[in-house]
Amino acid sequence: MVGIVGYGTYVPTYRIKVEEIALQWGDDPESIKKGLLLKEKTVPGPDEDTITISVQASKYALQRAEIDPKDIGSVYVGSESHPYAVKPSGTVVADALGIGPEVHVADFEFACKAGSEAMYAAYSHVKSKNMPYALAVGADTSQGAPDDALEYTAAAGGTAFIMGDNGKTIADILVTYSYTSDTADFWRREHQFYPQHTGRFTGEPAYFRHVLATARETLRRGNVAPEEIAYAIFHMPNGKFPLRVGKMMGFTMEQLEPGWVVPRMGNTYSGSSLTGLAATLDIAKPGDKILMVSFGSGAASDGFILSVNERINEVRRKAPTFEEMIESNKIYLNYGQYAKFRKKIIMNS
Amino acid sequence: MPSPRYTREIPQRFRLEAVKCDKDGKIYFPPRTGCISGKCKKFTPIKLKEEGSVLTYTVIHVAPTQFEAQTPYIVGIVELDDKVSITCQIVDCSPDEVEIGKRVRVVFRKIQEEGDHGIICYGYKCVLIR
Repeated sequence: MVGIVGYGTYVPTYRIKVEEIALQWGDDPESIKKGLLLKEKTVPGPDEDTITISVQASKYALQRAEIDPKDIGSVYVGSESHPYAVKPSGTVVADALGIGPEVHVADFEFACKAGSEAMYAAYSHVKSKNMPYALAVGADTSQGAPDDALEYTAAAGGTAFIMGDNGKTIADILVTYSYTSDTADFWRREHQFYPQHTGRFTGEPAYFRHVLATARETLRRGNVAPEEIAYAIFHMPNGKFPLRVGKMMGFTMEQLEPGWVVPRMGNTYSGSSLTGLAATLDIAKPGDKILMVSFGSGAASDGFILSVNERINEVRRKAPTFEEMIESNKIYLNYGQYAKFRKKIIMNS
Repeated sequence: MPSPRYTREIPQRFRLEAVKCDKDGKIYFPPRTGCISGKCKKFTPIKLKEEGSVLTYTVIHVAPTQFEAQTPYIVGIVELDDKVSITCQIVDCSPDEVEIGKRVRVVFRKIQEEGDHGIICYGYKCVLIR
């Protein structure tokens, strides 16, 4: 059966706490932390971007997949922060990993859904027997405008999945489903540095409508009830939304917590739900069923149901787990360092 | 760095590709077309190991323009486990954490940008193994 043969996550070393950002803008940190259910977020180092994050996550995925990179037929990188406006991220990722040159490469964009979009395309290629393996990455180093609510959540990180059908899948993909409508809840026009959003309109008509419709239909198509799902992951723009949608669907905190990575990491946009899935695979047992629902503004959701296989126990330790990366080697930045790293201020050069 | 030269150096900068002399087993990085003895031109391509130890290092406080935002930063000479030395930045740590002999791992990072309009150059750096 077609499924995931390798997965890898990358979490940058640098972090900034909610308190540090709130201090700059005269906000009450306790009220921000309570409102967003978030303590701190990851920040890319000055030499990190979507490409470097994608390379590291994919390297870990290859370590777990134990396959020849040359057998990978496609490389799809989903992000809303591709370093170039014109020149693909995927070509760098493919060359850095020794994939190709006989490979199909494309960059995907769909706000926070670009990563699951890449997964969907990669899965479909393998399912239609176009290629033995396909690599899908969701990674971002997104920006939130200074003194905007997004500044507390816009984080950096990414996750890669290698799809295959070699009889050694870590988790089989049982169901896929997508739900899309034209909804202008969040966007960034060409040449603009920061995105715009519609505040509360990003909730009910955007996130909740698409995520709920996708979760319900994905479960219906899989003929699976919420109580038969071991773990569920919903896109995490903040801490609150995924918990609320989980509760509305009838999931318990035990089902949601392993993939609820946002309180310690922030929203990694295209990497968000994918990183939640990777963190869940880190602790899942053979036989567990997992529901993942992404969300991208604009707007759409992709739903996946996966069934975990015995091989998870063989490959889990072949690369760092999410927990190891999120808790080890943290370097906290003050706001000045953060503003310099993220090029939010004009330096004298 | 002019983009044609950068593109030609991708195998060594992205994937640590080197060559090993078929006659005396000496490893050359970056790859060469002839042995230093001048007697051999037969090589086998190899990929260098991605872990090693810090041989020596320095801390840069006054940097060239494109690296100014990173000061203070560390540049070290790292001996990889196949005894090949590379010069690179040691990142994701403060200068007082680095010591000669500490174990490091090679990572793929952005090296520099050719201003706001040029290409972005990627390559290898090292991080401490903790």
